[in-house]
Amino acid sequence: MTKRSSDHEIQQAFDTQMNRDKLLQCMRCGFCLSTCPTYIASGFKESHSPRGRIALMLAVANGQKEPDEDFYRTIETCLDCRACEAVCPSGVQYGELIETAKQILIDHHKQGVKEKVIRSLTVRGLFPHPGRLNFMADFVTFYQRSGLQKLTHLLHIMSLFPASLRAMEAVLPDVRAYKKPVDIRPFAADFPEKKTYRVAFFEGCLMGSMFQHVNSTSKVLLQLAGCDVISPAKQICCGALSDHSGEKALAREMAKKNIAVFEAEKIDFIVNNAGGCEAELLEYPRLLADDPEWVPRAKAFSAKVKDVTQILTLTGFDQLALQMPPTKITYQDSCHQQNVFGVAQEPRQLLQAIQGVTLIEMEERVGCCGSGGIYNMVEPTAANHILDLKMAKITALSGVQRIITANPGCFMQMRLGVKRAGIDEQVQVQSITDFLLDAVNYTRTQNQQAIIAVQNS
Amino acid sequence: MIQPEIIEELRQIVGPQNIQTDATDIYTYGYDASPEYYHEPDVVIAPANKAEIIEVLAICRREQLPIVARGSGSNLSGGTVPIAGGIVMTFTRMNQILEFDQQNLTLTVEPGVITKAINQYTASAGLFFPPDPGSMQISTIGGNISENSGGLRALKYGVTKDYVLGLEVVLANGMVVETGGKLTKDVAGLDLTQLMVGSEGTLGIITKAILKLMPIPEANKTMIATYRSMEAAAQSVSDIIAAKIIPATMEFLDQVTIKAVEDFAHVGLPTEAAAMLLIQQDGHPREIDADIATIEKICRQGDAIDVQVAKDEAEGAKLMAARRTALSALARVKPTTVLEDATVPRSEIAPLVKFINDTAKKYKLYIGTFGHAGDGNMHPTCLTDLRDKDEMKRVHLAFDEIYRKTIELGGTVTGEHGVGLAKLAYLPWKLGASGMWADAAIKAALDPDNILNPQKLYGRSEVAVHD
Repeated sequence: MTKRSSDHEIQQAFDTQMNRDKLLQCMRCGFCLSTCPTYIASGFKESHSPRGRIALMLAVANGQKEPDEDFYRTIETCLDCRACEAVCPSGVQYGELIETAKQILIDHHKQGVKEKVIRSLTVRGLFPHPGRLNFMADFVTFYQRSGLQKLTHLLHIMSLFPASLRAMEAVLPDVRAYKKPVDIRPFAADFPEKKTYRVAFFEGCLMGSMFQHVNSTSKVLLQLAGCDVISPAKQICCGALSDHSGEKALAREMAKKNIAVFEAEKIDFIVNNAGGCEAELLEYPRLLADDPEWVPRAKAFSAKVKDVTQILTLTGFDQLALQMPPTKITYQDSCHQQNVFGVAQEPRQLLQAIQGVTLIEMEERVGCCGSGGIYNMVEPTAANHILDLKMAKITALSGVQRIITANPGCFMQMRLGVKRAGIDEQVQVQSITDFLLDAVNYTRTQNQQAIIAVQNS
Repeated sequence: MIQPEIIEELRQIVGPQNIQTDATDIYTYGYDASPEYYHEPDVVIAPANKAEIIEVLAICRREQLPIVARGSGSNLSGGTVPIAGGIVMTFTRMNQILEFDQQNLTLTVEPGVITKAINQYTASAGLFFPPDPGSMQISTIGGNISENSGGLRALKYGVTKDYVLGLEVVLANGMVVETGGKLTKDVAGLDLTQLMVGSEGTLGIITKAILKLMPIPEANKTMIATYRSMEAAAQSVSDIIAAKIIPATMEFLDQVTIKAVEDFAHVGLPTEAAAMLLIQQDGHPREIDADIATIEKICRQGDAIDVQVAKDEAEGAKLMAARRTALSALARVKPTTVLEDATVPRSEIAPLVKFINDTAKKYKLYIGTFGHAGDGNMHPTCLTDLRDKDEMKRVHLAFDEIYRKTIELGGTVTGEHGVGLAKLAYLPWKLGASGMWADAAIKAALDPDNILNPQKLYGRSEVAVHD
């Protein structure tokens, strides 16, 4: 296939597959510009803004502009963080538009070799398969425990991998610690007898394997808040990585499987702790919109999905008199949690309720860290640039000791960030649930007694 | 088509990082926020300072190359569309606040500063920059000055021109003029500051501006009044002014707009009302209370269905924020939004709104009207579809009539959006032949090569006929 005919086919695909009504919904007011991380990182290039991308998608669909390498680049470099959607007064469904465009590029094999390798490794080969993920987590554990980590550093074996993977390798969490669930027994005495809600925990692929520790922390917090927590065994990855990188068919199958699994349980809520998964779970009705049998089931499912911080505020966890030694923190939102799932207030409410904790907000709170699913692996240069801009905002805040994150992707990316900024000695990166459990533990040692159960407070 | 050697020269001036020439990149500088105009530039550059701009203008004169200064491209007149190709110049690298002078209450800025950032910068000192165009969260101050942007507070506080004390401008011939200063009184020479404000980038390139700041009012109070008819609402506006009250803001929304805004912002606007006034007064708390009480009385006597005063400033701010979304909220209704800004003396609002309604019916169009009722600046907004050629023709015919009526009522063809390309055809109706000649004479004197944003503002002299 010659390059030219392939460009022509892509033009045809844009013509037939892009929803023109939705593209025309953009009235080019430009409100999205100031929120777009790639627009800012590009040095304010309009072609790397949401408004520019929409204009380009429309122009290619209409045959007014030839698709070319620069066009493919601007589509590929979109983080899909959806910050633009959150501020768009005309209600442009940008996520759907960019994902369709990305899908077209994938269908026509326009992605680079490196992206293909990463994609097939992660999106197809790894995330849909809990067993393989566990295996990888075990492998990483072995890799770290065995001393191989040091050895490979010495031998530069990692240099065989793309630079982006090497960078992520350097900040992989200590899997021994993160894979190991937190010991629930010391807390059991504090679990209230009277139950508030029965919730099913959505484990997620990354969280359920490499970050099991964070999931188990979430579950302890939920139980401290009086919840009866179950974890349906047959659930799988939410499908977000497949959906956002254009693997729609696979994402649909994963959605159906999860809906069926959770339908079988008698529960009040489906609880998760990762913005990326939550946004995807919320979008199941859209994903399955062409399947009339599944639409009502998807809607019923999505209506039950909550972030762990929502359940905690709902049950009065922020009313507990938790304490910490004086600690200055900042909070890095998960883009999808904030812009799509719509949760930003609850985590702050929980953090600010802890006596001794000072929450310092970054200038321009909105803003992706550059993680973006597998974005930091396929677009390392752009991701690092965005990350460095973010770190400059954090180092501008004086005395921040911990960066609290809402998502495993952000967590890893911020670990990379503090390293790149040379502040990894002073600044600790932590998930919000770990931080809350730290506060629980500290309060218990201070009081020399169990914390007062939620119902009795 | 621009020669590669010229591109290379420009690259040398601004640096390789600050020039865009690839097809995909330059495609995205061919539009602004108006729906019907598009033209690709040949090259896009972002200079760092006036020295670079002087060098660029020398090339433009030598090559007879058009140059269009562009802020964030949020303007609504086609004014930044590079209709003759050439250079688009952006100010993303000239975006610094240079000096905050609290003795003289001035702020000196580069043109690329985002308007909203000015208020964020000065708020802690208890000062504000009153002009507040709907796009202030993304528009640049350079763009606002070039368009003489208005906003919601114009009735009491005036518009951009009332807050520009001085400018540094690179003229087409490369000379740099510094107009005005940190002065309230200054009658030395012609008022070049005011000549430049609103000149849409046709007389020079603004490189610096001295802005006047005001103390932030102590308090404010917001209220809404709803009506069964648009005419009753418009009458209340006239009655309030006649009672010698000048509210900070007095916004008018018709039913189409109310529904669209409520659908977007969910602030509890009364979607069953035919029209609504959103009124805000600011100042000393005692005076505000007295003014709002009087306004409330006038509205009730003026046949308002309901009058509600926001219980605190936070609730008031929510209502004002919702109003700011009016245009974009309307844009959700149909794919294409044609936003106009017919402006009449405020005593003529009721006849204008009635005429707009009748005209919409006549041409079978969907027009929502909202606007700054206090200053007579209405935004009849037609919701249509660019792809429907027949309907687009009716849109133009309807607005031809609406603007004829606007002139008849003693109004103008643009209150705050600018002439750009969109109002060229109507301009002679307002200026007349002598006015057109005077404007063109000034343009010819200052930009004899016609390189600065050509084909805008002065453009054609024949009257448009859409048939």
